Amino acid sequence: MNYNERLSGNEAIAFAMKQIDPDVMAAFPITPSTEIPQYFAQYVANGEVNTEFVPVESEHSSMSACIGAQAAGGRAVTATSSAGLALMYEMMYVAASSRLPITLACVNRALTGPININNDHSDSMGIRDAGWIQIYAENNQEAYDNFLQAMPIGEDPSVRLPVMICQDGFITSHALENIVLLDTDSVKAFVGEYHPEHYLLKQENPLAIGPYDLGCHYMEHKVQQAEAMKNAKKRILEVAEAFEKVTGRRYGLFEEYCMEDAQVALVLIGSSAGTAKAAVDTLRKQGVKAGLIKIRVFRPFPAQELAQALQHVKALAIMDKAESFSANGGPLFSEVRGALYDLEHRPRTVGYVYGLGGRDITPEHFQGVFARLEAIASGGELGPVYTHLGQRG
Amino acid sequence: MIRPAKEIDEFTPWQEMTLGGEIYEPATSRHVNTGAWRTDTPVLDAEKCRNCLLCVPYCPDSSLPVKEGKLTGIDYLHCKGCGICAEVCPFGAITVKEGGQP
Amino acid sequence: MKDNGLVEFRWHGRGGQGAKTACLLLADAAFSSGKFVQGFPEYGPERMGAPITAYNRISDVRCSIHCNIDNPDYVVVVDETLLDTVDVTRGLSPQGAVIINTPKTPGQIREKLRGWQGTVCTIDARRISEETLGKNFPNTPMLSAAVKVSGVLEEKKFKEDMEESFHHKFAAKPQVVAGNMAALVKAWEEVQAG
Repeated sequence: MNYNERLSGNEAIAFAMKQIDPDVMAAFPITPSTEIPQYFAQYVANGEVNTEFVPVESEHSSMSACIGAQAAGGRAVTATSSAGLALMYEMMYVAASSRLPITLACVNRALTGPININNDHSDSMGIRDAGWIQIYAENNQEAYDNFLQAMPIGEDPSVRLPVMICQDGFITSHALENIVLLDTDSVKAFVGEYHPEHYLLKQENPLAIGPYDLGCHYMEHKVQQAEAMKNAKKRILEVAEAFEKVTGRRYGLFEEYCMEDAQVALVLIGSSAGTAKAAVDTLRKQGVKAGLIKIRVFRPFPAQELAQALQHVKALAIMDKAESFSANGGPLFSEVRGALYDLEHRPRTVGYVYGLGGRDITPEHFQGVFARLEAIASGGELGPVYTHLGQRG
Repeated sequence: MIRPAKEIDEFTPWQEMTLGGEIYEPATSRHVNTGAWRTDTPVLDAEKCRNCLLCVPYCPDSSLPVKEGKLTGIDYLHCKGCGICAEVCPFGAITVKEGGQP
Repeated sequence: MKDNGLVEFRWHGRGGQGAKTACLLLADAAFSSGKFVQGFPEYGPERMGAPITAYNRISDVRCSIHCNIDNPDYVVVVDETLLDTVDVTRGLSPQGAVIINTPKTPGQIREKLRGWQGTVCTIDARRISEETLGKNFPNTPMLSAAVKVSGVLEEKKFKEDMEESFHHKFAAKPQVVAGNMAALVKAWEEVQAG
């Protein structure tokens, strides 16, 4: 049964965790994700969940505790942001390579420096190659829905990878909005119990994890991870289909908005995609064939699917809410542009880096981008390929 | 088909290795031939050995197997040839021979 | 009116006064009336007493826009001393209104509004709160004034929903419910436009 509520993005994640009732939550507070362990600790204190809450002294420890708990055979969750995620860096790789399907709620915030608490994607983009599945949300509803899908994806034997559920700090984490929730019994039925085949506390057959790998074994284990990430694509779609049956809400690897006949389009991630939809609506009313693709799943990266969806587009802007200081555009730009290479007729593409450290982006900004794309589509010059949007000067 | 750890070696393809290098059975180090590290080899003279077993706790590689209170020989699969056993034997029952073979 | 019946509010207050809470209360009330809502503060290094901003979007369908509100339909000022330092009517729709917590009349306060020509509404939320609740909690009267002036919610439903919400919120101290309802009704009656 689905029912209407109003929750902030952080409340939605904490509530999803409560409904799932995981075995262990280990977390250390950091803005803007602090509310998640804060609300969850309240559930623990009230006896509303059976979870063991581990208040650790750092994020390196929270991820370490999650690794231990998950390896022991439990379901472990955590939440973090920005510098907290950076402090987990080493253990993120250990979690992924040990094939432990931990779930992490990432509330995206700029990475220092200069020190800043507001939203961009530099934290999770910086750790995109750690071997975690990354799923991004536009709003509180998607954050909640994605979190419910995380465990059926990550724990599947064909995948066995940790999953990061990302949402935009403050913009969605602290915004109260309408949300449709699933009743707890349905959540429990959908997410299911965690029954790994091997785990440390398996009395009849204990195991050893995280052994030293000589050169003769290391690469094979990395290939296994790479194969699991390929398998994850299929699994993500299977889980989305099952989720749609329960909730009526449809998810894919990305969302296509007005893309059927689009000639000018954007590719972007997160809450700004919602703002950009308003610009698309305005332009459509003026007869402009504008559309956008909102990336939901960044790891695994849906390269072939994107190429397919973008093949008829004439001019495309790929918009990163993170710098990569490559002097050549952000991470999304590089990957999307790479995905288009094998198309016979490629869109002409430009990259924008925008919204750093919470810099606001409005429908008018996106209309400006579309105006440039229209000029390019009608034979105008491409101009600089790597630019920034929203800064002074 | 995923193989048990003792069957995984430098020829095993990734499809047959355990995920993340997990090891599902105990004491798999028994299958590792550290005896190949040996350049000198201790040899036991059973005639001289009085089974005082002083050598046993000194062996850093647990390579002196004891059965029913008696030293049964030297475990050459794991002995690295350090020679401590020969040093501590009060009866000269263990001598160190040059080369990796007993 | 904007698309899909969208009405946008901007709140100005000082850290610790409850402007964010009032903004969330409005979102709550609008949700109860069956609307789609957004209620969100703008976060910075705010501390007690520093000027803060919060926003509401209220509409008939889900609003996907997630930027700050530069062109609100209504501006609510929880602390009139902000008028000296903050340009509260910046970007405010000429058809909209600014609602200010002050004992002054709209005519008296207008001179502080940097040439704003549109509607000015005033409400003495501090006095109402002190009379009905015995303390200065301006949130409830400000919320009431904002709802009345904007007409964003239907009066009867709004008052019923708020009463239920107060019963829920103050379950541990039910004596406060009557005071809050009195504050709500009084503010609804007293808000002046000019």
